[in-house]
Amino acid sequence: MTGAEAIPGSPSVLDPPYDYPGYNSTRLRAPKMGLRPMPPGSADKGGPVFGDGLVVAEDHDLTLGHTGEPVGQRIIVTGRLSDSAGRPVRRQLVEIWQANAAGRYRHDMDRHPAPLDPNFTGVGRCLTDDDGHYRFVTVQPGAYPWKNHYNAWRPAHIHFSVFGTSFVDRLITQMYFPGDPLLALDPIYQSIGDRRAAELLVAKFDMATTVESWALGYVFDIVVGGAGPTPADS
Amino acid sequence: MSSAPGHLMRPSASSSPCLRTPSQTAGPFVSLGTEWLTDAGMVSESDPSAIIVFGSVVDGDERPVTDAMLEFWQTGAAGASLAGSPQSCSGLARALCGPDGGYRVVTVKPAALPGPAGQLQAPHIDVSIFARGLLQRLVTRIYFSDEEANEADPVLVGLEGPDLRNRLVAQRSNADDLGSAKGAPRYHFDVHLQGDRETVFFGPW
Repeated sequence: MTGAEAIPGSPSVLDPPYDYPGYNSTRLRAPKMGLRPMPPGSADKGGPVFGDGLVVAEDHDLTLGHTGEPVGQRIIVTGRLSDSAGRPVRRQLVEIWQANAAGRYRHDMDRHPAPLDPNFTGVGRCLTDDDGHYRFVTVQPGAYPWKNHYNAWRPAHIHFSVFGTSFVDRLITQMYFPGDPLLALDPIYQSIGDRRAAELLVAKFDMATTVESWALGYVFDIVVGGAGPTPADS
Repeated sequence: MSSAPGHLMRPSASSSPCLRTPSQTAGPFVSLGTEWLTDAGMVSESDPSAIIVFGSVVDGDERPVTDAMLEFWQTGAAGASLAGSPQSCSGLARALCGPDGGYRVVTVKPAALPGPAGQLQAPHIDVSIFARGLLQRLVTRIYFSDEEANEADPVLVGLEGPDLRNRLVAQRSNADDLGSAKGAPRYHFDVHLQGDRETVFFGPW
Protein backbone atom coordinates (compact mmCIF):
# COMPACT_ATOMS: atom_id res chain seq x y z
CA MET A 1 0.00 0.00 0.00
CA THR A 2 1.28 3.44 -0.76
CA GLY A 3 0.93 6.31 1.62
CA ALA A 4 -1.63 8.93 0.81
CA GLU A 5 0.46 11.91 -0.16
CA ALA A 6 -0.79 15.40 0.40
CA ILE A 7 -2.41 16.75 -2.71
CA PRO A 8 -0.40 19.71 -4.00
CA GLY A 9 -2.29 22.87 -3.19
CA SER A 10 -4.32 21.34 -0.41
CA PRO A 11 -4.05 23.00 2.99
CA SER A 12 -2.27 20.02 4.47
CA VAL A 13 0.72 20.40 2.20
CA LEU A 14 1.79 23.21 4.52
CA ASP A 15 1.95 20.95 7.55
CA PRO A 16 5.18 19.21 8.49
CA PRO A 17 5.56 15.51 7.62
CA TYR A 18 5.18 12.80 10.25
CA ASP A 19 8.53 11.31 9.37
CA TYR A 20 11.22 13.99 9.72
CA PRO A 21 14.68 12.53 10.38
CA GLY A 22 16.03 15.76 11.86
CA TYR A 23 13.58 15.39 14.74
CA ASN A 24 14.60 12.14 16.45
CA SER A 25 11.32 11.54 18.23
CA THR A 26 9.57 10.99 14.91
CA ARG A 27 11.57 7.81 14.29
CA LEU A 28 9.48 5.44 16.38
CA ARG A 29 6.27 7.45 16.28
CA ALA A 30 5.64 8.38 12.65
CA PRO A 31 3.19 5.91 11.08
CA LYS A 32 4.69 3.81 8.28
CA MET A 33 1.59 2.43 6.56
CA GLY A 34 0.48 5.68 5.00
CA LEU A 35 -2.75 7.45 5.73
CA ARG A 36 -6.21 6.46 4.58
CA PRO A 37 -8.48 9.12 3.15
CA MET A 38 -10.53 10.86 5.80
CA PRO A 39 -13.78 8.98 6.30
CA PRO A 40 -16.87 10.69 5.00
CA GLY A 41 -18.58 12.48 7.80
CA SER A 42 -15.51 13.18 9.92
CA ALA A 43 -14.95 16.51 8.22
CA ASP A 44 -18.51 17.51 8.99
CA LYS A 45 -18.29 16.91 12.71
CA GLY A 46 -18.72 20.15 14.54
CA GLY A 47 -16.48 21.45 17.26
CA PRO A 48 -17.16 20.86 20.91
CA VAL A 49 -19.40 23.21 22.82
CA PHE A 50 -17.78 24.74 25.87
CA GLY A 51 -19.85 25.70 28.88
CA ASP A 52 -19.86 29.33 29.91
CA GLY A 53 -18.26 28.47 33.23
CA LEU A 54 -15.43 26.40 31.84
CA VAL A 55 -13.08 29.32 31.30
CA VAL A 56 -13.00 32.38 33.54
CA ALA A 57 -11.59 35.79 32.68
CA GLU A 58 -8.49 35.43 34.87
CA ASP A 59 -7.41 32.37 32.90
CA HIS A 60 -6.03 34.58 30.12
CA ASP A 61 -3.46 36.25 32.42
CA LEU A 62 -0.57 33.92 33.28
CA THR A 63 0.95 36.51 35.60
CA LEU A 64 -1.96 36.17 38.04
CA GLY A 65 -2.89 33.48 40.51
CA HIS A 66 0.28 33.42 42.59
CA THR A 67 1.46 35.37 45.60
CA GLY A 68 3.74 37.56 43.51
CA GLU A 69 4.55 38.46 39.95
CA PRO A 70 6.61 36.12 37.77
CA VAL A 71 10.14 37.00 36.76
CA GLY A 72 10.65 38.01 33.16
CA GLN A 73 9.68 40.39 30.41
CA ARG A 74 5.92 40.93 30.62
CA ILE A 75 4.27 40.50 27.21
CA ILE A 76 0.82 40.59 25.66
CA VAL A 77 0.07 38.02 22.97
CA THR A 78 -3.08 38.64 20.97
CA GLY A 79 -4.47 37.69 17.60
CA ARG A 80 -7.40 36.52 15.60
CA LEU A 81 -8.58 32.97 15.00
CA SER A 82 -10.21 32.60 11.61
CA ASP A 83 -11.00 30.00 8.98
CA SER A 84 -9.25 29.90 5.63
CA ALA A 85 -11.89 32.20 4.17
CA GLY A 86 -11.06 34.82 6.79
CA ARG A 87 -14.25 34.33 8.80
CA PRO A 88 -13.84 34.60 12.57
CA VAL A 89 -13.94 31.48 14.71
CA ARG A 90 -16.16 32.64 17.54
CA ARG A 91 -16.41 31.54 21.16
CA GLN A 92 -13.93 28.72 20.75
CA LEU A 93 -11.22 27.58 23.09
CA VAL A 94 -7.60 28.74 22.87
CA GLU A 95 -5.15 27.08 25.29
CA ILE A 96 -1.49 27.95 25.78
CA TRP A 97 1.40 26.52 27.79
CA GLN A 98 5.02 27.59 27.95
CA ALA A 99 8.33 27.57 29.80
CA ASN A 100 9.11 30.32 32.28
CA ALA A 101 11.56 33.14 31.65
CA ALA A 102 14.48 30.84 32.48
CA GLY A 103 13.39 28.20 29.97
CA ARG A 104 11.93 25.73 32.48
CA TYR A 105 8.49 24.12 32.37
CA ARG A 106 6.53 23.41 35.50
CA HIS A 107 6.39 19.73 34.61
CA ASP A 108 7.82 16.68 36.38
CA MET A 109 9.60 15.51 33.26
CA ASP A 110 11.45 18.76 32.60
CA ARG A 111 14.99 18.14 33.90
CA HIS A 112 16.60 21.34 32.60
CA PRO A 113 18.58 22.73 35.56
CA ALA A 114 17.11 26.21 35.30
CA PRO A 115 15.08 27.65 38.17
CA LEU A 116 11.37 27.18 38.55
CA ASP A 117 9.49 30.38 39.26
CA PRO A 118 7.13 30.04 42.24
CA ASN A 119 4.99 32.75 40.65
CA PHE A 120 4.59 31.16 37.25
CA THR A 121 2.76 28.02 36.13
CA GLY A 122 2.82 28.77 32.41
CA VAL A 123 -0.74 27.71 31.54
CA GLY A 124 -3.50 29.92 30.15
CA ARG A 125 -6.75 29.71 28.24
CA CYS A 126 -9.54 31.86 26.90
CA LEU A 127 -12.45 31.81 24.51
CA THR A 128 -12.30 33.87 21.33
CA ASP A 129 -14.69 36.81 21.14
CA ASP A 130 -17.30 37.38 18.47
CA ASP A 131 -14.62 38.71 16.13
CA GLY A 132 -12.37 35.70 16.67
CA HIS A 133 -9.91 37.58 18.84
CA TYR A 134 -8.04 36.21 21.83
CA ARG A 135 -5.60 37.90 24.22
CA PHE A 136 -3.10 36.60 26.78
CA VAL A 137 -0.84 38.33 29.28
CA THR A 138 2.29 36.37 30.15
CA VAL A 139 6.08 36.62 30.30
CA GLN A 140 8.56 36.02 27.53
CA PRO A 141 9.54 32.34 27.69
CA GLY A 142 13.21 31.40 27.67
CA ALA A 143 14.97 29.16 25.19
CA TYR A 144 16.01 25.77 26.57
CA PRO A 145 18.29 22.88 25.65
CA TRP A 146 16.97 19.51 24.53
CA LYS A 147 18.55 16.19 23.70
CA ASN A 148 17.78 15.99 19.99
CA HIS A 149 21.39 16.60 18.94
CA TYR A 150 24.57 18.11 20.33
CA ASN A 151 24.03 21.64 21.70
CA ALA A 152 20.40 21.65 20.60
CA TRP A 153 18.29 24.55 21.86
CA ARG A 154 14.61 25.12 21.27
CA PRO A 155 13.82 28.68 20.22
CA ALA A 156 11.58 30.50 22.68
CA HIS A 157 8.00 29.48 21.96
CA ILE A 158 4.47 29.28 23.30
CA HIS A 159 2.37 26.18 22.62
CA PHE A 160 -1.06 27.00 21.19
CA SER A 161 -4.04 24.66 21.05
CA VAL A 162 -7.09 25.88 19.15
CA PHE A 163 -10.49 24.58 18.13
CA GLY A 164 -12.30 25.71 15.03
CA THR A 165 -15.79 24.99 13.84
CA SER A 166 -15.23 21.38 12.76
CA PHE A 167 -13.07 18.34 13.36
CA VAL A 168 -10.73 19.23 10.49
CA ASP A 169 -9.93 22.57 12.12
CA ARG A 170 -8.36 21.12 15.26
CA LEU A 171 -4.81 22.43 15.58
CA ILE A 172 -1.94 22.37 18.04
CA THR A 173 1.03 24.48 17.05
CA GLN A 174 3.77 26.71 18.45
CA MET A 175 4.24 30.47 18.32
CA TYR A 176 7.76 31.82 17.96
CA PHE A 177 9.32 35.27 18.41
CA PRO A 178 10.66 37.48 15.63
CA GLY A 179 14.40 37.67 15.05
CA ASP A 180 15.25 34.51 16.99
CA PRO A 181 18.52 33.08 15.63
CA LEU A 182 17.59 29.61 16.93
CA LEU A 183 14.75 29.28 14.40
CA ALA A 184 17.22 28.54 11.61
CA LEU A 185 18.70 25.70 13.67
CA ASP A 186 15.52 24.15 15.05
CA PRO A 187 14.37 20.93 13.35
CA ILE A 188 10.84 21.26 14.67
CA TYR A 189 10.42 24.70 13.10
CA GLN A 190 12.37 23.70 10.00
CA SER A 191 10.16 20.64 9.48
CA ILE A 192 7.72 22.96 7.75
CA GLY A 193 8.99 22.89 4.21
CA ASP A 194 7.12 25.93 2.97
CA ARG A 195 8.89 29.10 4.15
CA ARG A 196 5.77 31.25 3.89
CA ALA A 197 3.88 28.78 6.05
CA ALA A 198 6.70 28.59 8.60
CA GLU A 199 6.79 32.36 8.90
CA LEU A 200 3.13 32.29 9.94
CA LEU A 201 4.32 30.81 13.23
CA VAL A 202 6.48 33.84 14.04
CA ALA A 203 4.52 36.47 15.94
CA LYS A 204 4.83 40.10 14.92
CA PHE A 205 6.05 42.66 17.39
CA ASP A 206 3.31 45.29 17.54
CA MET A 207 3.49 48.76 19.06
CA ALA A 208 -0.29 49.10 18.95
CA THR A 209 -0.52 46.09 21.28
CA THR A 210 2.39 47.22 23.43
CA VAL A 211 1.20 49.02 26.57
CA GLU A 212 3.07 52.12 27.75
CA SER A 213 5.23 51.46 30.81
CA TRP A 214 3.86 47.93 31.21
CA ALA A 215 4.24 45.22 28.54
CA LEU A 216 5.52 44.49 25.02
CA GLY A 217 2.89 43.40 22.51
CA TYR A 218 2.92 40.60 19.95
CA VAL A 219 0.30 39.67 17.36
CA PHE A 220 -0.17 36.04 16.36
CA ASP A 221 -3.07 35.32 14.01
CA ILE A 222 -4.16 31.72 13.47
CA VAL A 223 -5.93 30.34 10.40
CA VAL A 224 -7.54 26.91 10.67
CA GLY A 225 -9.39 24.58 8.44
CA GLY A 226 -9.67 23.05 5.10
CA ALA A 227 -13.02 22.80 3.46
CA GLY A 228 -15.09 22.25 6.57
CA PRO A 229 -18.41 23.98 6.97
CA THR A 230 -18.62 27.21 8.87
CA PRO A 231 -21.64 28.38 10.77
CA ALA A 232 -23.56 31.16 9.13
CA ASP A 233 -22.59 34.55 10.45
CA SER A 234 -25.34 35.87 12.62
CA MET B 1 -23.19 37.03 6.04
CA SER B 2 -25.21 39.82 4.54
CA SER B 3 -26.77 41.27 7.66
CA ALA B 4 -23.77 41.01 9.97
CA PRO B 5 -22.83 44.29 11.62
CA GLY B 6 -19.74 45.85 10.16
CA HIS B 7 -17.63 45.60 13.27
CA LEU B 8 -17.99 41.83 13.33
CA MET B 9 -16.67 41.54 9.81
CA ARG B 10 -13.58 43.64 10.25
CA PRO B 11 -10.69 41.82 8.61
CA SER B 12 -7.45 41.45 10.48
CA ALA B 13 -4.77 43.49 8.79
CA SER B 14 -2.05 40.94 9.45
CA SER B 15 -3.79 37.69 8.57
CA SER B 16 -3.22 35.71 5.41
CA PRO B 17 -6.74 34.48 4.86
CA CYS B 18 -6.01 31.51 2.63
CA LEU B 19 -2.82 30.14 4.14
CA ARG B 20 -3.50 27.81 7.01
CA THR B 21 -1.35 28.00 10.12
CA PRO B 22 0.85 24.90 10.08
CA SER B 23 0.96 22.32 12.83
CA GLN B 24 3.79 21.75 15.30
CA THR B 25 4.30 19.01 17.84
CA ALA B 26 2.46 19.33 21.14
CA GLY B 27 5.77 18.37 22.77
CA PRO B 28 6.55 16.32 25.86
CA PHE B 29 4.75 18.66 28.23
CA VAL B 30 1.36 18.69 26.55
CA SER B 31 -0.23 17.59 29.82
CA LEU B 32 0.76 20.90 31.41
CA GLY B 33 -1.61 22.85 29.20
CA THR B 34 -4.34 20.31 28.55
CA GLU B 35 -4.86 18.26 31.70
CA TRP B 36 -7.39 20.68 33.17
CA LEU B 37 -9.99 19.60 30.60
CA THR B 38 -9.66 15.86 31.17
CA ASP B 39 -12.26 16.01 33.91
CA ALA B 40 -14.77 18.01 31.88
CA GLY B 41 -16.12 15.11 29.87
CA MET B 42 -19.67 14.66 28.80
CA VAL B 43 -20.89 12.23 31.43
CA SER B 44 -19.94 10.92 34.81
CA GLU B 45 -19.06 7.28 35.23
CA SER B 46 -22.27 6.67 37.17
CA ASP B 47 -24.43 7.90 34.29
CA PRO B 48 -26.48 5.00 32.87
CA SER B 49 -25.32 5.85 29.35
CA ALA B 50 -21.63 5.99 30.30
CA ILE B 51 -19.07 3.71 28.71
CA ILE B 52 -15.36 3.45 29.41
CA VAL B 53 -12.82 3.27 26.62
CA PHE B 54 -9.34 2.28 27.73
CA GLY B 55 -6.08 1.04 26.28
CA SER B 56 -2.48 1.93 25.62
CA VAL B 57 -0.48 3.86 23.07
CA VAL B 58 2.77 2.19 22.01
CA ASP B 59 5.57 3.22 19.66
CA GLY B 60 7.46 1.29 16.97
CA ASP B 61 9.44 -0.60 19.61
CA GLU B 62 6.21 -1.52 21.42
CA ARG B 63 7.27 0.78 24.22
CA PRO B 64 4.59 2.77 26.02
CA VAL B 65 4.05 6.33 24.86
CA THR B 66 3.83 8.10 28.17
CA ASP B 67 3.32 11.65 26.92
CA ALA B 68 0.40 11.46 24.49
CA MET B 69 -2.86 13.36 24.72
CA LEU B 70 -5.96 11.85 23.11
CA GLU B 71 -9.18 13.59 22.17
CA PHE B 72 -12.43 11.83 21.41
CA TRP B 73 -14.97 13.64 19.20
CA GLN B 74 -18.44 12.26 18.79
CA THR B 75 -22.13 12.71 18.66
CA GLY B 76 -24.32 11.66 21.55
CA ALA B 77 -26.00 8.39 22.24
CA ALA B 78 -29.26 7.81 20.44
CA GLY B 79 -31.77 10.15 22.01
CA ALA B 80 -29.30 11.47 24.54
CA SER B 81 -28.47 15.10 24.96
CA LEU B 82 -24.87 16.19 25.05
CA ALA B 83 -25.69 19.41 26.85
CA GLY B 84 -23.40 19.59 29.81
CA SER B 85 -23.01 21.74 32.88
CA PRO B 86 -21.41 25.17 32.62
CA GLN B 87 -18.14 23.60 33.72
CA SER B 88 -18.20 20.91 31.07
CA CYS B 89 -17.67 20.67 27.38
CA SER B 90 -19.88 18.57 25.15
CA GLY B 91 -18.89 16.56 22.11
CA LEU B 92 -15.31 16.17 23.32
CA ALA B 93 -13.54 14.04 25.87
CA ARG B 94 -9.81 14.27 26.53
CA ALA B 95 -7.41 11.79 28.12
CA LEU B 96 -3.69 11.71 28.91
CA CYS B 97 -1.47 8.66 28.78
CA GLY B 98 0.08 7.66 32.07
CA PRO B 99 3.57 6.33 32.86
CA ASP B 100 2.54 2.93 31.44
CA GLY B 101 1.18 4.43 28.21
CA GLY B 102 -2.35 3.72 29.36
CA TYR B 103 -5.34 5.96 28.93
CA ARG B 104 -8.92 5.77 30.09
CA VAL B 105 -11.88 7.94 29.13
CA VAL B 106 -15.51 8.02 30.21
CA THR B 107 -17.95 8.87 27.46
CA VAL B 108 -21.19 7.68 25.87
CA LYS B 109 -21.54 5.31 22.97
CA PRO B 110 -22.55 7.47 20.02
CA ALA B 111 -25.50 6.84 17.76
CA ALA B 112 -25.18 5.53 14.23
CA LEU B 113 -24.79 8.32 11.70
CA PRO B 114 -26.01 8.77 8.17
CA GLY B 115 -23.15 8.49 5.71
CA PRO B 116 -22.80 9.17 2.00
CA ALA B 117 -25.37 7.74 -0.40
CA GLY B 118 -27.74 6.92 2.41
CA GLN B 119 -25.43 4.37 4.01
CA LEU B 120 -25.52 4.21 7.76
CA GLN B 121 -22.19 4.59 9.54
CA ALA B 122 -21.81 2.36 12.57
CA PRO B 123 -21.38 4.10 15.92
CA HIS B 124 -17.85 5.40 16.19
CA ILE B 125 -15.65 8.02 17.81
CA ASP B 126 -13.15 10.15 15.91
CA VAL B 127 -9.86 10.28 17.78
CA SER B 128 -6.99 12.77 17.59
CA ILE B 129 -3.60 11.85 19.07
CA PHE B 130 -1.05 14.51 20.00
CA ALA B 131 2.44 13.83 21.36
CA ARG B 132 6.12 14.57 21.25
CA GLY B 133 7.39 13.23 17.95
CA LEU B 134 4.11 13.88 16.15
CA LEU B 135 4.56 17.01 14.08
CA GLN B 136 0.84 16.82 13.29
CA ARG B 137 -1.89 15.05 15.17
CA LEU B 138 -2.79 11.51 14.16
CA VAL B 139 -6.44 10.76 13.45
CA THR B 140 -8.10 7.38 13.85
CA ARG B 141 -11.54 5.97 14.60
CA ILE B 142 -12.91 3.74 17.29
CA TYR B 143 -15.75 1.34 16.46
CA PHE B 144 -17.34 -1.04 18.95
CA SER B 145 -17.15 -4.84 18.83
CA ASP B 146 -20.79 -5.34 19.86
CA GLU B 147 -22.29 -3.38 16.96
CA GLU B 148 -23.80 -5.35 14.09
CA ALA B 149 -23.76 -2.16 12.02
CA ASN B 150 -20.00 -2.61 11.69
CA GLU B 151 -20.65 -5.21 8.96
CA ALA B 152 -22.01 -2.57 6.62
CA ASP B 153 -20.00 0.45 7.72
CA PRO B 154 -18.48 2.08 4.62
CA VAL B 155 -15.15 2.84 6.28
CA LEU B 156 -14.66 -0.65 7.73
CA VAL B 157 -15.84 -2.34 4.54
CA GLY B 158 -13.37 -0.23 2.58
CA LEU B 159 -10.39 -1.71 4.42
CA GLU B 160 -8.70 -4.77 2.97
CA GLY B 161 -9.52 -7.68 5.18
CA PRO B 162 -10.60 -8.39 8.73
CA ASP B 163 -7.19 -7.75 10.25
CA LEU B 164 -7.14 -4.09 9.27
CA ARG B 165 -10.80 -3.71 10.18
CA ASN B 166 -10.25 -5.14 13.62
CA ARG B 167 -7.58 -2.56 14.32
CA LEU B 168 -10.33 0.05 14.42
CA VAL B 169 -12.69 -1.95 16.62
CA ALA B 170 -12.61 -1.57 20.40
CA GLN B 171 -13.24 -4.92 22.06
CA ARG B 172 -15.95 -5.15 24.67
CA SER B 173 -14.22 -6.28 27.82
CA ASN B 174 -16.47 -9.01 29.17
CA ALA B 175 -14.33 -9.93 32.13
CA ASP B 176 -14.96 -6.60 33.72
CA ASP B 177 -18.71 -6.99 33.50
CA LEU B 178 -18.61 -9.93 35.91
CA GLY B 179 -17.79 -7.76 38.87
CA SER B 180 -20.34 -7.38 41.61
CA ALA B 181 -21.03 -3.76 40.80
CA LYS B 182 -22.92 -3.11 37.61
CA GLY B 183 -20.24 -0.92 36.11
CA ALA B 184 -20.22 0.95 32.85
CA PRO B 185 -19.41 -1.19 29.79
CA ARG B 186 -15.71 -1.19 29.03
CA TYR B 187 -14.06 -1.23 25.62
CA HIS B 188 -10.39 -1.91 24.96
CA PHE B 189 -8.64 0.01 22.18
CA ASP B 190 -4.85 0.11 21.80
CA VAL B 191 -3.04 2.49 19.48
CA HIS B 192 0.08 1.22 17.71
CA LEU B 193 1.94 4.09 16.10
CA GLN B 194 4.07 1.68 14.04
CA GLY B 195 4.74 -2.02 13.60
CA ASP B 196 2.89 -5.15 12.51
CA ARG B 197 -0.28 -3.96 14.17
CA GLU B 198 -0.01 -0.30 13.18
CA THR B 199 -3.30 1.47 13.76
CA VAL B 200 -5.20 2.67 10.71
CA PHE B 201 -4.77 6.44 10.57
CA PHE B 202 -6.65 8.91 8.40
CA GLY B 203 -5.71 12.10 6.61
CA PRO B 204 -4.78 14.51 5.31
CA TRP B 205 -7.65 16.88 5.67
